[in-house]
Amino acid sequence: MKGGFLLRGLDRGGLIFLAIVLGVGILVPALNLLVPPGNPFHVPGYAVSLVGKYLCFALLALSIDLVWGYCGILSLGHGAFFALGGYAMGMYLMRQIGARGVYANPELPDFMVFLNWKELPWYWYGFDQFWFAAIMVIAVPGALAFLLGWFAFRSRVTGVYLSIITQAMTFALLLAFFRNDMGFGGNNGLTDFKDILGYPVQAAGTRATLFFASALALALGFLLCRAIIRSKLGKVLIAIRDAESRTRFLGYRVEHYKLFVFTLSACMAGVAGALYVPQVGIINPSEFSPAQSIEMVIWVAVGGRGTLIGPVIGAILVNFGKTYFTAAIPDFWLFALGGLFIAVTLFLPKGIVGAVTDWTKRYRKTPSRPDPVAPKPAE
Amino acid sequence: MNPDLMTRTLLYLDGVSVSFDGFRALNNLSFTILPGEMRAIIGPNGAGKTTMMDVVTGKTRPDAGHVIFDGKVDLTKQDEAAIASLGIGRKFQKPTVFESHTVWDNLDLAIEGARDPASTLFHMEGEERDRIEEILGIVRLRERRYELAGALSHGQKQWLEIGMLLAQNPKLLLVDEPVAGMTDAETAETADLLREIARTHSVVVVEHDMTFVRDLGVKVTVLHEGSVLAEGSLDHVSADPRVVEVYLGR
Repeated sequence: MKGGFLLRGLDRGGLIFLAIVLGVGILVPALNLLVPPGNPFHVPGYAVSLVGKYLCFALLALSIDLVWGYCGILSLGHGAFFALGGYAMGMYLMRQIGARGVYANPELPDFMVFLNWKELPWYWYGFDQFWFAAIMVIAVPGALAFLLGWFAFRSRVTGVYLSIITQAMTFALLLAFFRNDMGFGGNNGLTDFKDILGYPVQAAGTRATLFFASALALALGFLLCRAIIRSKLGKVLIAIRDAESRTRFLGYRVEHYKLFVFTLSACMAGVAGALYVPQVGIINPSEFSPAQSIEMVIWVAVGGRGTLIGPVIGAILVNFGKTYFTAAIPDFWLFALGGLFIAVTLFLPKGIVGAVTDWTKRYRKTPSRPDPVAPKPAE
Repeated sequence: MNPDLMTRTLLYLDGVSVSFDGFRALNNLSFTILPGEMRAIIGPNGAGKTTMMDVVTGKTRPDAGHVIFDGKVDLTKQDEAAIASLGIGRKFQKPTVFESHTVWDNLDLAIEGARDPASTLFHMEGEERDRIEEILGIVRLRERRYELAGALSHGQKQWLEIGMLLAQNPKLLLVDEPVAGMTDAETAETADLLREIARTHSVVVVEHDMTFVRDLGVKVTVLHEGSVLAEGSLDHVSADPRVVEVYLGR
């Protein structure tokens, strides 16, 4: 019975979505590697990394939608989970540099040599192994979310208070990671990566593989979220979102459900961060900044929360706009983002996907039969 | 406390007091409900009816007193989810259903079964299908099963909530003003429905509507200023001059 769990997410809409994501995941790298430059169908290398980055953001937006759209937990600190996953991956990549750094120290990353450190801090142990780093990518954000959630949900901290706590969490981490003696490269973060699993990070083949891995992660994340939403647990989550205390009176331990979904969401965000870092080549504390986390929530709102597909579309669209406008009219971007948020709140309260769904419903309804069961008068 | 009486009762309240900012909502309240009994609780506004339900269901902690369920469990030490799992279901004064779920899903969420995340995550549909069908028939929502609960009329939401209580199959049902906002015909039907339910469950009904209480035809407890003023048949308590003074006379 448990084997069929993930398959539950595969209805028609889910299948179309998966086909598109996996299709892009194969097509873009193929057009980059197999089609020679100069051909109009050639996808340049920088575009592969750029779209790969969008896919990571899409996975991140998906994780936010799971907690916000379905369980009503507005996290304004998901950037922290994303960044922690990214740092775990960054630590692995730093250890792979080995003696090729500027100071050619086989053991210590450059910034530690620069700070005159003599040996590797204990929390860097194990990060030379990919499997260890891969576990940490999920475990560190998951553990932080579990801890925060454990205290917050047990004390029944909800709504705006919870949002403020998550915001404070990411801000505290921002300040902590800025400090050089934290041992994570301070202000500059981790960068100058060379290899991942023995392959050069910058090589076209590696980029293509990372791109495909991002698409695959997005597809799996989507399948997982979809399966959860369609299970009875998903119904309980929506019930909690809409009437928390009523759900308690039915005998559900609301805090356990919130803790489960919040931790899972943080793990997904961590994976997104880990795939993001090798593609952009750097991770630094600015990823922890509260503004980043708020921007992520805007992606979800624009796409349509509580739809799973919406946040993916929202993340890609908004980031595409960001890439375009920050290059074309750099001063304009923040106004555009602010304007977008106001416009969506005013005119598309359910986001793009929600508006399209409403519109098709209305369109379909008009010509067909009248309301099948009109409320009966009292017998 | 009276241990002998306590073990025979389903619900045993003894000396329960609750204050909010100096206002005594419940004042040394004591009464008992026997297994299988149906009881109507009446009283003027502010008599403590809803607070009493809040205490029994774990929403409010009493300042003093004992609330014993099933002759052994002290409810003042449990939270809402634990109390619901023990077998106490509650219908709220304002109909509270999950509006963005269908009628069917509302019942599916309420139906008795494991409540932990692992069970619900891997739960397979179908096991409770027949029972949900049956309840849909009882509360007359069969035709509207796939509609969102938010689209139901006020009376239908009340019935859906009663259906959810049935699905929970609790030992004790606490029903707060089930006929508020209903038409006369709906009120009479609801009385029938509750009497039907009372054949297999213990039920406590809080109500303002005297016709409805008369329709139920059960023992009545009159609350006033947080404690019991009178108890007995409706005719008996209506004849009590103190009851007439605080409530019926007005």
